[in-house]
Amino acid sequence: MVAESVQTSASPELDHDSLLSVRALQTHFPLDQGLVKAVDGASFDIRQGTTLCVVGESGCGKSVTARSILQIVDRPGRVVGGEILFRRQRRGAGKGPDGEIVDLAALDPKGAQMRRIRGGDIAMIFQEPMTSLSPVHTIGNQIVEAIQLHENVSNREAKERAVEVLHKVGVPRAKQRFDSYPFELSGGLRQRAMIAMALSCNPALLIADEPTTALDVTTQAQILELMRELQDDYGMAIMFITHDLGVVAEMADDVVVMYLGMTVERGDVVSIFHDPQHPYTRALLRSIPTMGMGTRTRLNTIKGMVPDPYDRPHGCPFHNRCGEYMPGTCDQIVPPPIDLDEHRQVRCLLHGGAPSSGVRNEVNT
Amino acid sequence: MTTAGHNVGTAGIAGDNVGDDVLLDVRNLQLHFPIRRGLMRRPAGYVRAVDGLDFVIRRGETLGLVGESGCGKTSTGRCVVRSYDPTGGEILYHGNGTQPADIAKVKSTALKQYRRAIRMIFQDPHSSLNPRMTLRDIVGEPLKVHGIASGSELDERVASLLQTVGLRPEYMSRYPHAFSGGERQRVGIARALSLDPRLVIADEAISALDVSVRAQILNLLQDLQADRHLTYLFISHDLSVVEYLCDRVAVMYVGKIVEMADTASLFTAPQHPYTEALLSAVPKPDPLLRDRRERIVLSGDVADPADPPSGCYFHPRCPYAQPICATEEPPLRDLGNGNSVACHFAEELDLRGVTAHTG
Repeated sequence: MVAESVQTSASPELDHDSLLSVRALQTHFPLDQGLVKAVDGASFDIRQGTTLCVVGESGCGKSVTARSILQIVDRPGRVVGGEILFRRQRRGAGKGPDGEIVDLAALDPKGAQMRRIRGGDIAMIFQEPMTSLSPVHTIGNQIVEAIQLHENVSNREAKERAVEVLHKVGVPRAKQRFDSYPFELSGGLRQRAMIAMALSCNPALLIADEPTTALDVTTQAQILELMRELQDDYGMAIMFITHDLGVVAEMADDVVVMYLGMTVERGDVVSIFHDPQHPYTRALLRSIPTMGMGTRTRLNTIKGMVPDPYDRPHGCPFHNRCGEYMPGTCDQIVPPPIDLDEHRQVRCLLHGGAPSSGVRNEVNT
Repeated sequence: MTTAGHNVGTAGIAGDNVGDDVLLDVRNLQLHFPIRRGLMRRPAGYVRAVDGLDFVIRRGETLGLVGESGCGKTSTGRCVVRSYDPTGGEILYHGNGTQPADIAKVKSTALKQYRRAIRMIFQDPHSSLNPRMTLRDIVGEPLKVHGIASGSELDERVASLLQTVGLRPEYMSRYPHAFSGGERQRVGIARALSLDPRLVIADEAISALDVSVRAQILNLLQDLQADRHLTYLFISHDLSVVEYLCDRVAVMYVGKIVEMADTASLFTAPQHPYTEALLSAVPKPDPLLRDRRERIVLSGDVADPADPPSGCYFHPRCPYAQPICATEEPPLRDLGNGNSVACHFAEELDLRGVTAHTG
């Protein structure tokens, strides 16, 4: 897949409001112990200027999906199938439905085009700012470096822009903080510095991988607020990866639920929370404590735990934890994606795709 | 509740004002770390990690300790198990019918008996289990150290402990790496239970776990409490979990308790502005509530415990701050209903709590 880096601009089509479309993505890790299918059938769209939340438990492939988009999957992992279509805006042109469409999965991870997109058109912020910022460079220098990698600007101009973006993300006394090292900043400020760096090149898509998980609730509230404001100002789309359903309810326009590398359900945020269709989504929503519920009530649990990645269940990956498991069906057939309506899709045999309609089985799997 | 305490001659230790149901009575607990500077390494100042805590834990209850990172909640837990030696104050442990013992001052050689009664569950099940020890060694070690069991009896004990926490006894000779996060946390719980403790300190015990597993562990903690009459000190920053598990909650800010109340009143009618802000910051898992509520977003960061602000430590971030807040430190005072708060304006302020809604 990686070998051909031919521009595919004519054939792939994208909905007019989509910025990025991931289709039947597969990212596999051939390890000594066996093949780990970290992502195996992820499909979703990110609309321009909106927030897509990707939810799931650890090991469900949300981070690997994000890394696949940027082609920074750790070795020996590799994108082995599927498409990642991205609408690339020309620099300086307004954000609109025009612009060339690139299949990121077909680009050479080390090629010039991918390097321009990475950090330029699509930026990423990580969970633990301390491990993703360089400890031996000032945050200012790190932002300047990001700007100068992507744009041909003078040192002075780059510095001005860095200070401006630091100011924009709410770092107090941005001019002085420009010369601070990451260890001199608190967790919240570090995460702000990371966001500043990601935004310095005005990306069309910001991928945020659990950006608030390591933060306190109060700091988390600040950062979430900031991201919403910045989205209004910059008009970028955000792909927000989290396992916290509360954060999803706060941030998302659209939601994708992943389980064992597969997107099991997607839709707009209100339908996902108030009309979940997949048993896993329902179970997840039932298992979280909600404030105002009172003390000493029992929580609903999902039985068992996420299966071992080396030993994936046959058929539907959720069948051995599912309360609505249909023996003989769920453990045999990998559920195909079923469109419920325009933006709503579920992969569950309760909604169809079972033997009666056996012909439709092998779609995209 | 406040019957006269143990009238045994408790030399030096006052047993007054303490009910029979009190298991742990913490008074004016302090933990100050010196900041040493210069050639002579003289203390140039102190980090007041824990700065005068007063609270009691009653038998069989769960006390929640919440606050932002750096507020001293973990240090408090570690003082109670004496991982840290407190620099001041008393930790009175009321064992069975005996006079209370001050754990804060017990010599380290005499600590062993209290370490049997007070156990800890740690946050990160990946780093708190030795990767080179099998489950038998991990869970059985406390039994060996305290000379309770050995040989085949040890195996039996370990097997039944593993069963108690929902693990198969056959796993006994496996190593921690073979288990998922939730299973490892169960191992940590089994280890904590091995000596049949009275008080278990759970320091962010479920924060590192996945949502679906988190619910399992929370239910397990509740079942164990009922079966074994355990008392929990539950340290957490996650208020939704605290509401679910705790009978009473103490809110900490920069080494001090700013509010302490039973869970229902704390969540529905907080008295301290910091509690209100904490509650407001928790994301509610319902997208329809998103636009309807006004969120209080605190500005700035937690105060530096080495150089705290004057007056009320919270005043630089407090939306209701008055001039007096910058000069005078509010004491933690009883509001009459058993709840206490450290705020000058607790009576005047009408603070918003969490209202129940059907999600």
